[in-house]
Amino acid sequence: MESTQTARSAPSATTGVRAGVAGARRVELPVSGLTCHNCVQAVERALRAVPGVRTATVNLAGGRAAVEYDPEKTGLPALREAVKAAGYRVWTATTRFAIRGITCASCVTKIEKALLGTPGVLKASVSVGTEEADVEYLPSVADFGAVKAAVGSAGYEMAESPPPASPEAADREAEAREAEYRSLMRKWWFGAAVGVFTMIMSYPWLFPVLRDWFPRESQRLWYVWAGMGVGSLAVILFSGNHFFMGAWQGLRHRSANMHTLIALGTGVAWVYSTIALLFPQIFPSREFADVYYDVTVVVIALVDLGLAMELRAKGRTSEAIKKLIGLQAKTARVLRDGKEVDIPVEEVLVGDTVVVRPGEKIPVDGEIVDGSSAVDESMVTGESLPVEKGVGDEVIGATINKTGAFKFRATKVGKDTALASIIRMVQDAQGSKVPVQRIVDVVSGYFTPSVAILAILGFMVWYTFGPPPAVVFALIVAVTTLIIACPCALGMATPMSLTTGVGLGALNGILIRGGEALQTAQNLQTIILDKTGTITHGKPVLTDVVASGGFDEETLLRLAGGVEKSSEHPLAAAIVEGAKGRGLALPDAEGFNAIPGHGIEARVEGRALLLGNLKFMRDRKIPLDGLDARALELADGGKTPMFVAIDGKPAGIVAVADTVKEDSKGAIQALKGMGIEVVMITGDNERTARAIARQVGIERVLAEVLPQDKAFNVQKLQLEGKQVAMVGDGINDAPALAQADVGFAIGTGTDVAIAASDITLIKGSLRGVVLAIQVSRATMRNVYQNLVGAFIYNVLGLPIALGVLYPFFGILLSPLLAAIAMSFSSVTVITNANRLKRWKPRAA
Amino acid sequence: MTWDKIVVDVVGLGLIGFIVWFFWLVKAKGVKAALTSGGYQEQMVLVKGGYTPDVIVVEAGKPVRLNFVRQESASCSEMVVFPGFGKSASLPEGETVPVEFLPKEPGEYEFACQMGMFRGKVIVE
Repeated sequence: MESTQTARSAPSATTGVRAGVAGARRVELPVSGLTCHNCVQAVERALRAVPGVRTATVNLAGGRAAVEYDPEKTGLPALREAVKAAGYRVWTATTRFAIRGITCASCVTKIEKALLGTPGVLKASVSVGTEEADVEYLPSVADFGAVKAAVGSAGYEMAESPPPASPEAADREAEAREAEYRSLMRKWWFGAAVGVFTMIMSYPWLFPVLRDWFPRESQRLWYVWAGMGVGSLAVILFSGNHFFMGAWQGLRHRSANMHTLIALGTGVAWVYSTIALLFPQIFPSREFADVYYDVTVVVIALVDLGLAMELRAKGRTSEAIKKLIGLQAKTARVLRDGKEVDIPVEEVLVGDTVVVRPGEKIPVDGEIVDGSSAVDESMVTGESLPVEKGVGDEVIGATINKTGAFKFRATKVGKDTALASIIRMVQDAQGSKVPVQRIVDVVSGYFTPSVAILAILGFMVWYTFGPPPAVVFALIVAVTTLIIACPCALGMATPMSLTTGVGLGALNGILIRGGEALQTAQNLQTIILDKTGTITHGKPVLTDVVASGGFDEETLLRLAGGVEKSSEHPLAAAIVEGAKGRGLALPDAEGFNAIPGHGIEARVEGRALLLGNLKFMRDRKIPLDGLDARALELADGGKTPMFVAIDGKPAGIVAVADTVKEDSKGAIQALKGMGIEVVMITGDNERTARAIARQVGIERVLAEVLPQDKAFNVQKLQLEGKQVAMVGDGINDAPALAQADVGFAIGTGTDVAIAASDITLIKGSLRGVVLAIQVSRATMRNVYQNLVGAFIYNVLGLPIALGVLYPFFGILLSPLLAAIAMSFSSVTVITNANRLKRWKPRAA
Repeated sequence: MTWDKIVVDVVGLGLIGFIVWFFWLVKAKGVKAALTSGGYQEQMVLVKGGYTPDVIVVEAGKPVRLNFVRQESASCSEMVVFPGFGKSASLPEGETVPVEFLPKEPGEYEFACQMGMFRGKVIVE
């Protein structure tokens, strides 16, 4: 040690090379699975056996092996192999990133060499095809920065691919929206200013003073109109250029959209007015030679204003996703070389130990290794009460640590965290389509050209059969028709509601995979609930202690707990937990003997204790003194009773059961209240199943169903002609979830992206099913309101614009009113969708 | 009926005929996606008043990567949705956004902006 220390600081006198470079190198390897003193020795032996290793000491508590080795003779891969051969594993982090500009195979070797030359990097492989590198490294030795530097040293650059949901990206989007909004408002103000002047001067004979200054057909008015012609051209170029550009771009793709209609309408009005101004002689009567520059200017201005308002409202629609993105922590405090360092959250690696103090945000997902605390998970799961967490428990990134300090090992970072998965799922779902949208898609494909055809037909009919001045009426009708039609309202109706609805779900701990699930969920007729883990906690707990034969409950439980401490049976854990929960100190047992299918026997505090089922008691000829009747009663209640005998005499019963979640009953009542049939499915025996079903108020029970038959049972119910939902965990019940019309997965901790499910409930409660159905109903109602509104608007608006009312009531719509109506209709659709955000979960 | 009315009606009918032919009767020819060394069938798609190209021909069974570049600020085209593949992507202005999917069955798959104003088609052969 000493010699290498000095050698490292001074160059060697003989070679001039710092001996330390070639001398000993020291690393700390994080080793997993170290539980006992034996393992420590095994790992140390294995490491020391590697040629080139000088010293190796394993720290059991820290789970680390400190190794000093000669880098000339051995390397990290060999050390890792040695640990692996001893039966343990070195914790490593793997990362994948894109590299810009890889063009040839030789670059690959160059980059790989640079990466492998970095201390701490174990494996590196670069692919030309995907231009990506996979690197495995020791987070305790190298960090992401070092890996990046290595790529840089080879003359390449790591392609910055910021996570798709970074707050920065959201900010950029908001900025772009803001810029677009400001530009639209500028266009509106310019159009409005010109518009007011144009509107007045188009009809000077309506105003007392102007009437005398600018009489009709006067040369003076002609000049004013000519000025208006130039002014409106400026409005077209400045305020309306996007309509004309959009229309032109669309035409090149043989598609027509809102831009086409607006451009056509305003363009036709401008061209007509200009012809009337320059060549009045081609019109038979003077009446025809009036100008309509006001239509061009005011329509462009109003539609700009409408678009600006629309943009504002749209920004609010995606607030939910922004809220989720904003939840991400910015920095994390991790242990590196035994020191606490603050690093940006993007640099936290799998396997890092992260330190969290009270009141701080937990940066990434992980497992607590030291300490305990209460954690507020409401932002991710919707659960309002803080959750107690201890060693071994999972913590979710972006949740808030309330009371205690703890350390945890990061298990999921970057785009793999629960929050990132949630954001990705929500974004995908918001971009999906509700099935009803398909009709809209078909309609909107024909909509715009049809409106153009209608406008031409309107022009022809009015010109041919209309009252004089026919060309003026025909022109107004055609322009109004083009302007009033609003494909936007139709197009936005469902996406806007869907975006809001999915976001609403996410904020309440409900992840909806897409529009299809949302639409189906509103019409469910039957919901099948898996018993274990869905209705119940899925974990047996001690429920009853019945003492007899002169023992009190406490003694009975203490002795039983002492014996069960040595057992690995899941029911035993329930008894031990139950005893500890009552504050009992459990004695140690000796002579432990488990008899499979019967029970266990052991000596504890000098007494012979038997614990097991009825058969066990009969075999050992223990008189039961009426305890068997009590046991039957407990079994009828869905519990598992176990008899206890002490020194050959009956001492009582301890019963464990998988208990019903607190809110299951209320949720099931609420589902029934919605008119949905509730069915329970379980692999348990009929008696236990019935007992649980009675507690929560379920009548129809499918018991003793093998896991692989669950999907088949779902199908059977579907054959009854019903829309069936299945609620279960995402792993064992995956086939049944996939078979169901809507599969609800009850989430567990950080595993939110459950593939088989249509809807994932992050908070493991049945209340989520009720909420999800409520959200889907509210959203679909909103979708229909929007669709019906947009259809009615167009179905009524178009005939009125065409002048259907004129022969009967003399009503003809002005193009200006049409512009207002059109803008108003699309703003209404978005506003209605935003109204959905005020939806609150109803108490069940 | 005077001569001017006849002219207007004939021109009007002509325009209607043109609209029908222009928007509905002409079939656009597709562009075949190029195969890259990575095994992807890649194609750049420009988003500006529509998708260019808007008909993309790919082969079944090979992964497809469409690189969308949006060069306009109209909010209509902010998002591109592939309902047939369950994919969607938001397209920030000026950035290249890849959308990847694996076409298994031959057929025609539409893609569109969220409001359905812009449309395109992937033809899987």
